[in-house]
Amino acid sequence: MDLAPQSESRTTGPVNREEKISPGKLTMAQYIVAGILTILVAGLWRLQIVSAEGYRVLAEANRVRKVPVLAPRGRLFDREGRLLVDNYPSVTCYLLREQVKDLSADLPIIAQGLHIPVEQIHATLRRFQLAPKYQPIPLKQDITPDEQAFIEAHRNELPELETLDEQRRLYPRDGFAAHLIGYVGEVSEQMLNNDSRYAFYQPGDVVGRSGVEQTYDALLRGTDGSRDVIVNSHGKEVGSLGQTLAKPGQDLKLTIDLDIQMAAEKALEGKVGAIVAMDPHTGEILALASRPTFDPNQFSVRLTKSYWNEILSNPDHPLLNKAIQAQLAPGSTFKIIMSVAGLQEGIAQTMHVPCNHGATFYGHYFACDKNHGMVDINNAIPWSCDTFYYTLANRLGVDTIAKYATSVGISQKTGIDLPDEVAGTMPSTAWKLKTQHEKWYAGEVISVGIGQGAITATPMQLARALGGIASGGVFRRPHVIFPDEITPEELSAVHDSFPGSGEKTIELAPANWQIITDAMAAATVTGTAGASHLEGIDFAGKTGTAQVMSHDALARSGGGHRTVPNAWFVGMAPRRNPDIVVAVLWENGDWGANSAKLGAQIIDAFVEKQRKRDSNIRIAEVPKPAVPAEQRPIQPGTPVSSQPALLPTQPRKATTTAGLRPAAE
Amino acid sequence: MFRLARYRDFDWVLLGFVLLLSLISVLEIKSATLHTKFHGFEQKQILFLVVGVVLMFIVSLIDYHRLVDISPYAYGVSIVALIAVKLVGTKVLGARRWINLGGGVHFQPSEWVKLVLIIAIARYFWGLVGKDLTWPDIGKAFALVGIPMALVLIQPDLGTTLTYLPILIAGLFLGGLKLKQAGIILLGVILVGGITWKSGKRLKPYQQARINAFLDPDTDPKGSGYQIRQSLIAVGSGGIWGKGTNQGTQTQGDFLPIPYTDFIFAAFCEEHGFVGAVGVLLLYLLVLMRLIQNAQTASDLPGAFIIMGIVAVIVFQIAVNIGMVLGLMPVTGIPLPLMSYGGSSILFTFLSLGIVMNIRMRRFVN
Repeated sequence: MDLAPQSESRTTGPVNREEKISPGKLTMAQYIVAGILTILVAGLWRLQIVSAEGYRVLAEANRVRKVPVLAPRGRLFDREGRLLVDNYPSVTCYLLREQVKDLSADLPIIAQGLHIPVEQIHATLRRFQLAPKYQPIPLKQDITPDEQAFIEAHRNELPELETLDEQRRLYPRDGFAAHLIGYVGEVSEQMLNNDSRYAFYQPGDVVGRSGVEQTYDALLRGTDGSRDVIVNSHGKEVGSLGQTLAKPGQDLKLTIDLDIQMAAEKALEGKVGAIVAMDPHTGEILALASRPTFDPNQFSVRLTKSYWNEILSNPDHPLLNKAIQAQLAPGSTFKIIMSVAGLQEGIAQTMHVPCNHGATFYGHYFACDKNHGMVDINNAIPWSCDTFYYTLANRLGVDTIAKYATSVGISQKTGIDLPDEVAGTMPSTAWKLKTQHEKWYAGEVISVGIGQGAITATPMQLARALGGIASGGVFRRPHVIFPDEITPEELSAVHDSFPGSGEKTIELAPANWQIITDAMAAATVTGTAGASHLEGIDFAGKTGTAQVMSHDALARSGGGHRTVPNAWFVGMAPRRNPDIVVAVLWENGDWGANSAKLGAQIIDAFVEKQRKRDSNIRIAEVPKPAVPAEQRPIQPGTPVSSQPALLPTQPRKATTTAGLRPAAE
Repeated sequence: MFRLARYRDFDWVLLGFVLLLSLISVLEIKSATLHTKFHGFEQKQILFLVVGVVLMFIVSLIDYHRLVDISPYAYGVSIVALIAVKLVGTKVLGARRWINLGGGVHFQPSEWVKLVLIIAIARYFWGLVGKDLTWPDIGKAFALVGIPMALVLIQPDLGTTLTYLPILIAGLFLGGLKLKQAGIILLGVILVGGITWKSGKRLKPYQQARINAFLDPDTDPKGSGYQIRQSLIAVGSGGIWGKGTNQGTQTQGDFLPIPYTDFIFAAFCEEHGFVGAVGVLLLYLLVLMRLIQNAQTASDLPGAFIIMGIVAVIVFQIAVNIGMVLGLMPVTGIPLPLMSYGGSSILFTFLSLGIVMNIRMRRFVN
């Protein structure tokens, strides 16, 4: 092991040898040393003189962090200023990945402290794998004060955890008006890449994803501010360089009347369908409900998988706003439009049709549900006699029917300021040639006369059509925001974004108008909607019972809930120049008369409210939504349990209790 | 043996430069630890320096020929200590480098082995003076340095292992290695190195990562790449005049890794700029030139060999550490002599200086 020379004599040194290192070697050593130091100076020159400016920028970027100050979203009110949607303060926990050396060791501690499974954190990390490292990952939204305390207490051990104060949406519970209001969520990559409206949005921005939240997102969102803070490598704030204040979003007043909306929600309870109530003078939507509904509060916090699966697996599509997205055969409600066509063409006035449980056309027997005897236009509407309308359709021909139907808005979007409205279908010879490349057979027109066959329409279209017809031919563009809430430029931008039949006036002879509206009023007394008669209210309407499949298919399927006909009702009060029109769709509701009862409840609620107002009776005030109990600072002496009846609430937990109760007086 | 008059021959100029560098070191350690839990390290550094200076004076009194005499035994003890540290050493950060002597004192043999090796190599080549180096002679020299190198490498401590290398190179250079022999050795090293590199098994993953990060700092911005990147930002953003004491954002914001030890030069560059950095390099140049001059004036070959061994180690450490800080070298964890915080490094440097003084003071003896 010891390889050193052992000779003791060496200590004193062999005197016969040269005892100096050659000067040449030492000079060479000096050059080597000087050379190395020169290289280092060159390195310093390169960094500190040549590239100094670039590194200064990098050092600054290291040190200064822009912390967003999120603008609170505008609140939503009903037409009388009652709060529908509020915000509540919430804290989100983020994970910073930039500085952390060994994240995996910390994950179990983090998981325990934040009460989330480790696997979920791993999944989140995987999801953000490709995101730039400086981008913080949201670990858990809406954390509890306990979890916040955990993060504060572990600032040194877990510097990768960061919290951000946010304002979170607080929606009415139980999916109240959820389709109208919509919900917010993170802007999707698809929206960012494909939709020019989102060109200036950043990934992670919260935007309206449906309903009013989507249409008026630009107004509601406000402008985020930011703070320039000086941080150390752990992201800990050590100073501030100034800030830009956030500009809160604009509050918006909806045309919805909370009382009527409540009546609509209540009427639809446990059913599948939609109700629309509109003021036909202006096009203001007074109520818009769709069932089944969903809880938008679940969307504003990160959606749980189980809730998303529940929504996806529901065959009745809870996210679908059936008021503007359900395209279904309108059934006998279409007879109103048939009557307009027949009367305007001068045919229906003189028609007298014998009904004997139906009639034969083109060799086929078309059934009517009753033996109505001799029928004319005045009783064809209240009795909803199919035979009469088979005959009328046959005489008008499909293209004439289509002309009138289109003029009142069938097969066109209404232009309501809500996203994803559908247009429906109105068959005609040209339509059939275009879509099916086939000739129209004369016999096909017969079922069109009773709103079956290829005709589809949405409740919104029917409400607008009826409103226009009952107003003497003046049609309005339905809308959910008062136009004076926004600037004319914004209004025209909204109109451009939601094209449709909009505002329109058609010619409608007063005599014809009178016949139809009188006949519809008779329908709620002696006709098909007689059971929905409202004493002392000038209430007119028309039922519709639309088969969902042909008789043959029905026979094959062997029955079942989904084969039951859809029940429609359109109604108004008063019968001429109405103050309210209502359209009700109850899918598989069996009889139009069933929907008529629901429609009557809406009309009743409306009239009841007018009477109270007229007699100066105080209208129920619904308390403002409360901040969730755990977020709310409890003040001594204040009862905490003042939970309002309707708006409410506890955003996170699914409320199993209590449906909608009308506000107590 | 002891003659007071010798202190006239003590190299006060060299000591002056060294203490100036030490002062700069203390000030920069103070600045770099200002906002950290290591605050106050500059006082510990002063304590190390005082102990170092005292040791230097003591060592300067012991005739270095005694050290040359006992170097074979010291070498043997060193090998035993290195084996012991592998067996009973304290594990810190995954490496066994320390022996706990109790009472909070930790002993790192590999640092002292450096000094033993310098003297042993000096003695070895002194014994070969006057004759041409044969391949067995060269082989023995390689074994002499290679055995402790291997023992330190398995601790593992690549940084210290590498600092043994300049001792061997200086020895061979001064011992009369022929150009042809040097060429053959170089070829062999490149060959072996290439094969090792290809197999990729000899390096620990963190070592491999450090080399990868050196070749491309952006591949691993969290680990070694992060350190190099932050170091470059610190140095570069310092500019000509620097940001001023306690004003370095990279240093004070804790972006720069360990700014009081391995990366102290980066912290200094950030706060004192190109001017300050070149000033420090100039001081190093003066120290080294002074050392080489002492080698020239040494009264005998062992003395000259020892000083040149010390020069080789110090130059190597400066080149590797500052090279790392400037992004010219991979991260190795070698401290900067006279600047980095740490007792072992200071004590090695001052003991070395003590031996240099020792040799200088005896230059007229014989």
